[in-house]
Amino acid sequence: MREKVRIASAQGFLGDLQTAPLDQVTKGPVDYVVMDFLAEVTMSILQKQKKRNSELGYARDLIPIIEQILPLCVSRNIRIITNGGGANPQACSEAILKCAKKRGIQSLKVGVVSGDDILDRIPDLRSQGIELRNMETGESLDPVLERLESANVYFGASPIVKALRQGAQIVITGRTTDTGLTLAPMIYEFGWSESDWDKLAAGTIAGHILECGGQASGGNFSGDWQSVPDLEHIGFPIAEAWPGGEIVITKHDNTGGMVTVQTVKEQLVYEIGDPRNYITPDCVADFTSIKLEQVGNDRVSVSQVKGAPATAFYKVSMAYLDGYTAIGTLTYSWPEALEKAKRADQILRARLKDMNLKFEEIRTEYLGYNSCHGPLAHGVQDPNEVVLRIGVRDRSYDVVERFGKELAPLILTGPPGVTGFAGGRPKAKEVISYWPALIPVEAVSPEVHINTL
Amino acid sequence: MKIQLKDICHARSGDKGDTANIGLIALQERYYPLIARCVTAERVKKHFEGIALGPVERFEMPNIWALNFLLHGALGGGGTKSLKNDAQGKTLSTALLRMEIEIEETIRI
Repeated sequence: MREKVRIASAQGFLGDLQTAPLDQVTKGPVDYVVMDFLAEVTMSILQKQKKRNSELGYARDLIPIIEQILPLCVSRNIRIITNGGGANPQACSEAILKCAKKRGIQSLKVGVVSGDDILDRIPDLRSQGIELRNMETGESLDPVLERLESANVYFGASPIVKALRQGAQIVITGRTTDTGLTLAPMIYEFGWSESDWDKLAAGTIAGHILECGGQASGGNFSGDWQSVPDLEHIGFPIAEAWPGGEIVITKHDNTGGMVTVQTVKEQLVYEIGDPRNYITPDCVADFTSIKLEQVGNDRVSVSQVKGAPATAFYKVSMAYLDGYTAIGTLTYSWPEALEKAKRADQILRARLKDMNLKFEEIRTEYLGYNSCHGPLAHGVQDPNEVVLRIGVRDRSYDVVERFGKELAPLILTGPPGVTGFAGGRPKAKEVISYWPALIPVEAVSPEVHINTL
Repeated sequence: MKIQLKDICHARSGDKGDTANIGLIALQERYYPLIARCVTAERVKKHFEGIALGPVERFEMPNIWALNFLLHGALGGGGTKSLKNDAQGKTLSTALLRMEIEIEETIRI
């Protein structure tokens, strides 16, 4: 057994800093690189890409990243774990093997975790009495059934552990929890039992701290943000783990950013619900048990973590088509910038009314004034400029598209001092809405395959 | 004496569907009892009037001197449905830091 394992976070979302993975494998020692690519709506976007081309549907950013880091990872025995397989982990694995060949790598084992995609099985599951009601509102799935675009079960660490045990040097998954990516190597390296809830919870919390990349090491830090050093060269977080479940969050020396109790706290509270019951497929972690301590420069220990047994359910993330939106902006300049923008909004709304165009929702915000804090925004004294931002949403494509034609005319037929229409007419875009549900664990089974070069 | 939460706290916010969460963290341990007492779910619901359209829940995390708030119905439908510039509620954390609370003159900030 290894004395300790070092797990490096290298991507926090699809579109994150492209230089982070190479930095993580070159600027200091690591044993694993984990990359989270999947936000709530990402799966449906990837599902759509797969529908158009059966060789796509995964996080395409992953391939150039793998191309960069793979030779080093292979020679130093650093393993890579990512959910960047998205809607098509098999195609992703093939693209990786192709890229490995191109880089002259002789042999490689890629583990593929699939089975999370249950879209085709929904009628069957529902006939078995698995209703897939919305877990937040309790609503029946019936009204959106015909409009479903994707349905994926969140798997945890177990299938990744299985792939690692079969010798996978890279593990590509579909919809897997962000926390499972980090927990899996700990279970694998230390042989943790599947019912050692406190240790599983410790690894899960390490995963939660790592899942958003630089957000744990000084990025988006709301404390004394100006004191964060060298964000230009931010080092992404690394979790060092020991067999007893001890965790230290750190980053490589000679990188920017910082790892302090405060930066770790901010990531702990990010996107959580009830902190006593942080539910994952692997365990239920209690965030109120965590003790954080600064144990060195850019080193924070995470200890005393308590966990409880996993529930009998997996979460399912579904996405369905829910109409269209279009959003457009115009920029108004001093003097009376805000008044001009408000008058333009008034004129536009009157014209839409004259045409009898009705929307499920129309929303106006003034960037530079109230788009972030809404009614809480304090008054502004004669600002230099204000951006008028108007959006509409409706089930009808035509109505939304027609709105797009009404914005540009305001330039020559509305208040003066206006610019910023270089982007052209706002286009109607499909809305993908999110439908969370629960499914009994025994109703689905993760599949693990090993592809070799 | 009135102070703003930004004088004694830091915060981070994010989204889950149409619900925003805001983690409010005291900058020092001695401020935690103060925010635990003053920043109730009711106060936060009132503060976000017109923004959080559903109920507000509060959870205590004394181990990290933090309170976690769930603001239901705060994101205009959430995800890609929302027409808001801040569809993911990323700036609701700083909106909470605007809140004013009354403290005793004897407490030095």
